[in-house]
Amino acid sequence: MELHQMGVAELSAGLRNKDFSAVELSSTLLQRLRQAQDSLNACITISEEPGLEQARAADQRRAQGDSAPLLGIPLAHKDIFCTRGQRTTCGSKMLAEFVSPYDATVVQRFQKAGMVTLGKLNMDEFAMGSSNETSFFGAVRNPWDLTRVPGGSSGGSAAALAARLLPAATGTDTGGSIRQPAAFCGVTGLKPTYGRVSRYGMIAFASSLDQGGPMARSAADCALLMDVMAGHDPLDSTSHPQAAGRFSAALGRSVKGLRIGVPEEFFGEGLDPEVAQAVQEAIQWYVREGAEIRPVHLPNNVHAVSTYYVLAPAEASSNLSRFDGIRYSHRSGSAVDLQDLYLLSRYEGFGPEVRRRILVGSYVLSAGYYDAYYRKAQQLRALIREDFRRAFAEVDVIMGPTTPTPAFALGAKSADPVAMYLADIYTIAVNLAGIPALSLPCGFSKAGLPIGLQIMGNYFADELILGLGDAYQRDSDWHQQEPGWEEQ
Amino acid sequence: MSMAWEVVIGLEVHVQLNTRSKIFCACSTAFGAEPNAHTCPVCLAMPGALPVLNEAAVDKAIAFGLAIGAELNHRSVFARKNYFYPDLPKGYQISQYEIPIVGRGHLDVLLPDGIEKRINITRAHLEEDAGKSLHEAYAGESGIDLNRAGTPLLEIVSEPDMRSAVEAVAYLKKLHALVRYLDISDGNMQEGSFRCDANVSLRRPSEPFGTRAEIKNLNSFRFLEKAISYEILRQQDILEAGGKVVQETRLFDANHGETRSMRSKEEANDYRYFPDPDLLPLQLEEKRIERVRVALPELPDARKARFIEQYGLPVYDAAVLTAARELADYYEIVATGQDAKLAANWVMGELLGALNKAGLEIDSCPVAAEELRQLLARIADQTISGKIAKEIFEILFAEGGSVDAIIEARGLRQITDSSAIVAMIDEIIQKNPQQAADYRAGKEKLFGFFVGQVMKASQGKANPDQVNALLRERLQAQ
Repeated sequence: MELHQMGVAELSAGLRNKDFSAVELSSTLLQRLRQAQDSLNACITISEEPGLEQARAADQRRAQGDSAPLLGIPLAHKDIFCTRGQRTTCGSKMLAEFVSPYDATVVQRFQKAGMVTLGKLNMDEFAMGSSNETSFFGAVRNPWDLTRVPGGSSGGSAAALAARLLPAATGTDTGGSIRQPAAFCGVTGLKPTYGRVSRYGMIAFASSLDQGGPMARSAADCALLMDVMAGHDPLDSTSHPQAAGRFSAALGRSVKGLRIGVPEEFFGEGLDPEVAQAVQEAIQWYVREGAEIRPVHLPNNVHAVSTYYVLAPAEASSNLSRFDGIRYSHRSGSAVDLQDLYLLSRYEGFGPEVRRRILVGSYVLSAGYYDAYYRKAQQLRALIREDFRRAFAEVDVIMGPTTPTPAFALGAKSADPVAMYLADIYTIAVNLAGIPALSLPCGFSKAGLPIGLQIMGNYFADELILGLGDAYQRDSDWHQQEPGWEEQ
Repeated sequence: MSMAWEVVIGLEVHVQLNTRSKIFCACSTAFGAEPNAHTCPVCLAMPGALPVLNEAAVDKAIAFGLAIGAELNHRSVFARKNYFYPDLPKGYQISQYEIPIVGRGHLDVLLPDGIEKRINITRAHLEEDAGKSLHEAYAGESGIDLNRAGTPLLEIVSEPDMRSAVEAVAYLKKLHALVRYLDISDGNMQEGSFRCDANVSLRRPSEPFGTRAEIKNLNSFRFLEKAISYEILRQQDILEAGGKVVQETRLFDANHGETRSMRSKEEANDYRYFPDPDLLPLQLEEKRIERVRVALPELPDARKARFIEQYGLPVYDAAVLTAARELADYYEIVATGQDAKLAANWVMGELLGALNKAGLEIDSCPVAAEELRQLLARIADQTISGKIAKEIFEILFAEGGSVDAIIEARGLRQITDSSAIVAMIDEIIQKNPQQAADYRAGKEKLFGFFVGQVMKASQGKANPDQVNALLRERLQAQ
């Protein structure tokens, strides 16, 4: 196996055995990142020198006897995480020149663990999108089929992992932004329980829904990343006091006796039959291993997308107010007065999807509409949460498809926002409830596109669902398939 | 005026809490630093930065709530007030909207006519201050100083219970005294630590409230009084001319003593309040409230009651002396070991009179409380008379120094030697034989004349009681 084909666990062993150095590893991957840029556009920034510098430091630490498990292993961050001294764009013209004066907590934690940051990954502008086409830095392409989208908003992360440019990446998930691209690109991604991963330094889209999480090529690798990534952060008031966990230590569990809920609402109209079949087969694997299936109902899932598209834009409209052209963000050169400065800077700095959501969000919060939209959506959110509470009284996990279809073609939905929003129909309820969910590869369509299985757990069942994903991956090789993007 | 108008006033007071750090980050709240010296990613609203609530600010809000006998909300919610302004870096202010930390309470206010009036307080909520825009120093440009951005404020909203500018000022003064008593704010009005918006409207008695105007940012008691007085006349003129008062926000121009329109209701922002998802609802446990309650200092009303009880003071005296924590502290030092009523008379009369004349507050009083006590001690031990004491007080106030040193240096010691006083009396009787004869013939009024002559001869130093007794004796004797 070549270096770029190895996952986090293999690389960790190789570095420990001194089969190769962190510098060799990073040099190899930096070269691949550069080479893939033209075909995939996965990166917004490739951190050549700072990356090698960190790799040298990691080798030094190892020489001094440091044996931290992730020491010297490269990763790249979704460009939504602030990195000191390196630009952080959030996929937007608004922040195209922005260099953060501080590191996000997640970035800091990985640095402390000795991981090497090789760059900043492409994403939908301000994480608003399901196809990575709204990025100011251009669309990312799916390594399985360069004419298709990688999903979004963490599309750069998923594409880079699938193309074997990186063994690990960070993503963020507000309505499916880790899981949907993971499914489209055939990689594994965890949206953790809300509050387990610090949001400090992660540029906010919708604060009550945003959650950072790991993306890798296996659930086991995601667990290794979560060991470092999760933990209470006093700088984030919504961070949970018991956020930390021993994720990798919880792997290797048996499936016997597991109660799996399969909601019929996730297998109805609009679901691609190929996706349905692959997902059902994966669930049957668990049954063969001793799990039992119980029907559960999530009757309010039908309201999830509309609830989300009130609440998320409402929070976003306020979160994005700080990009006003006054301090660090894009400032229009043609403004004549203050009003103009605001209007032009924001018009020029934000793309159309971001502007649309700011408008929607401002509308639903405005006097006379708040009760009809925002308050009502909060009530629906409570009902959706209640659906899960009832279901998890009966079952340990809920399984279903991550997405209704495999990756769609570039441009196919860009003109129809509602069609685009419906790509997240199975992922959004999880964010509204705040529970964890994992997406992992469970097959391919006839056209050769990856299909994702989604495993949803109760609050703080992150360890459980990672363990279940790992159990499946020990007995399957969907996650080990490599796309032939270099030949396309 | 054709027929009486009733004035209706409610106040919104912004009190800057005297915590060391800002309400949502660890930056210093110290006043007067270089622009933007006290800033960090949080109060600069850098992307990704998040607020963390300063618990000390919460304790101060609890203390205030307890002091006004308010219902404390065990669960209160921070909300975002959204609007664009260059000195508001996040594009929203974190405040409390639907559920504030402090609910209904009240303040009993002593009015100048001696009547106590209860002013109800609707609510008090925690919020952050904005920064400052600096226009003067930059030609054609504006500077932004975010040092103040994120300093903690408690906004205290009263019911429309005040019926005159005088009542509004009395309420504001009592509130000012209270936050100083509680040590939750330095109350510095020049630096903006204690500022007030006044809602003013007029109506015919017993009719519904009229349309109000809100006068923003009044930062002294005098401005509050002037602004309200101006506003009353302005609205009265409009109403009596058959017009309608427009609901609007007005600014007080201190230079011209008038209020001017800033923006009308139609131009007002839609703030799009919603609960701040970055902050959890604020939960107050009974334990915590109890801990704050136990640590509360003696409050003005309790202190007033104690002054009446312990010092035997009249209600009016006790109210005046406890109106400010510093004044009450001052009085208690003066009264230690002295006649309490005499001490009260001196503090309220001579001292407050002199301060008022000099335009000084009690905390910058040039006469130390210990010196005033010494002065009263010297009256009590008959070293000096009350009249001489007033002279000494004036010297103390103007020049400083110690009471005993002034008595010695200026030879002001009272004459209590009976033979010396008798000698003076005899000399005066001798010089005024006619008056002495008239007195003895029954013209009692002349006694005062003789007292005056003796005091004059002794340069005011003769002990007045002795003078009275000996004079009567000597006048009778001859």
